[in-house]
Amino acid sequence: MMTASGVTTTDIDMLRLRAYDLRVAMLEMAAGKGEGYVAQGLGMADCLAALYFHEMHHDPANPDWDDRDRFLLSTGHYSIAMYAVLAEAGYLDRAEFPSYGLNGSRLPMSTFDDLPGLEIVGGSLGQGLGQAVGMALGLRLDGREARVFCEVSDGELQEGSTWEALMSGATFGCDNLVALFDCNGVQADGPVHVQLEPVLDKISAFGWSSIEINGNDMEALVRALEVSRVRDGKPKAIIMRTQPGSGVPTLEKRERAHFVRITDEEWQVMRDELEAGRPGATRG
Amino acid sequence: MAEVAGRTRGMGELIDVADKASDFAPFGRELAALARERDDIVGLTADMGRYSDILPFRDEYPDRFFNVGMAEQNLIAVAAGLAKTGKVAYCTTYSVFVTRRAYDFVAIACAHSQANVKIFAGMPGLMNGYGATHQATEDLNMMRGIADLTIIDPCDAVELRQVVRAVADIKGTVYVRLLRGNVPVELDASYRFVPGKAQVLRPGGTIGIISTGYMTGRALDAAKEVASRGVQVGVLHVPTIKPFDTAGVLDFVARYDRLIVAENHKTTGGLGTLVTEAMFDAGVLKPVERIGLADSFFECGSQEYLEARYGLDLPRFIRAIMG
Repeated sequence: MMTASGVTTTDIDMLRLRAYDLRVAMLEMAAGKGEGYVAQGLGMADCLAALYFHEMHHDPANPDWDDRDRFLLSTGHYSIAMYAVLAEAGYLDRAEFPSYGLNGSRLPMSTFDDLPGLEIVGGSLGQGLGQAVGMALGLRLDGREARVFCEVSDGELQEGSTWEALMSGATFGCDNLVALFDCNGVQADGPVHVQLEPVLDKISAFGWSSIEINGNDMEALVRALEVSRVRDGKPKAIIMRTQPGSGVPTLEKRERAHFVRITDEEWQVMRDELEAGRPGATRG
Repeated sequence: MAEVAGRTRGMGELIDVADKASDFAPFGRELAALARERDDIVGLTADMGRYSDILPFRDEYPDRFFNVGMAEQNLIAVAAGLAKTGKVAYCTTYSVFVTRRAYDFVAIACAHSQANVKIFAGMPGLMNGYGATHQATEDLNMMRGIADLTIIDPCDAVELRQVVRAVADIKGTVYVRLLRGNVPVELDASYRFVPGKAQVLRPGGTIGIISTGYMTGRALDAAKEVASRGVQVGVLHVPTIKPFDTAGVLDFVARYDRLIVAENHKTTGGLGTLVTEAMFDAGVLKPVERIGLADSFFECGSQEYLEARYGLDLPRFIRAIMG
């Protein structure tokens, strides 16, 4: 079976396997420090696999390539997912994984932009989407085909600046911009309790071409990203409903999933759980 | 007595003063000229195009101009994004809004990444009669708390035009206090702005005035005024607040027994603090009188009324000099 742009079932299976590898890398990284923002990272694994191994044009050998598609991680504390995908793509040596979050590490718990492959300093939440709008305008001014993808969490939808950026994206007709809203339903103090819904309707009303999907469904992700390619004068939004801890049932069930501390014994349990759900395809 | 330079209308627009040459909208006109030479220049505003003199640039380069509306955080974020694709992003709004509202964006989206964002901040200090909502009387104090940020407070149209060009070549984020309207010409054409350097505009004398920004014109007026009474005063202009020219200031301080520091800003946290801190650290203890604003919010009123009431006018300078 093929999608409109020629993505086969085998491709989807391979992307699922890539996402699995990212999840393995995240557990390996977090086990070093014994804690981290693992649940959010696991929730984003499928999206990042679809972006870096299917949708985006980028070159790990030339991270500053002018024509690269940009990915902005606005939610800087999802860093563990970012380091996993940068290593899997070839920007980063996995040997650095054990230093995640440790003193002097290049892999801090919240991202800086001095690591090749990172476009912005994330973590001061609500600053990503506006910068993505600026990058989209800059690329358009230069006549480049490159696009900008920006992750934004549901918590960041509580920052007024995110809505300012939404207005700008539509005002300036940034159809080379794709916002990926990671709606995982949790934030620092627990479940999202602020009245955000209906997110899809709100963002559509702000003038964005919007679609809502299960952010852990690889086929849906690939299809939504394909649709986002159209240059129709409107910015694109993909509202992803993701499962924190996706792929690791122990973490999926954990109520306090924002920042997790895990004992040495539990790491092995989680690895076993992840491996039990490993996609069946073999790497091509 | 010489006329007081640079009175303003409602929106911080300086108006012509008798016996003083002026230059209309030097910021926007110089930016347009620079944009003719460099296609990496872009301009932004947050609904303050008219009131920041950037319209000459917009009119010439509408495709390179972005008005994000009343959204200062977004203004700075969008500027940072443009800078990260290789542009030099000039953005304008009022000092109060970019400092108080968008501080975190200047620090993290811009300065932390050394993004080429050049912020021209209108109505710095007490340059507007709308009261505290529009008077950026603590902006220097706030902004110098941000690492890797350059801060410039030009004194007149000659310097402002040079600063418009100079900041394009300063790597990273720059905060400039903008003078707008019919900006007075205080310096002669031979003046050369050098980033990071204080400059002696009037040597000699027995009392030294160290000043920045709009108050430098007033210091020069005061020096001329007291010279007619036989009192000689030296003037050191400090356009770059950060990085601070400690050596240049201490060299000037060494030549005088008594000093006056003048700024269109609170007397705490700005130039007065920088000068006295530098002196104390170097073990130099001399009398210093600060001309500037109290730690307070200020009322509405005309520019002349406010400057007289809060101690920034020419008589205040004369009193300080004459002791």
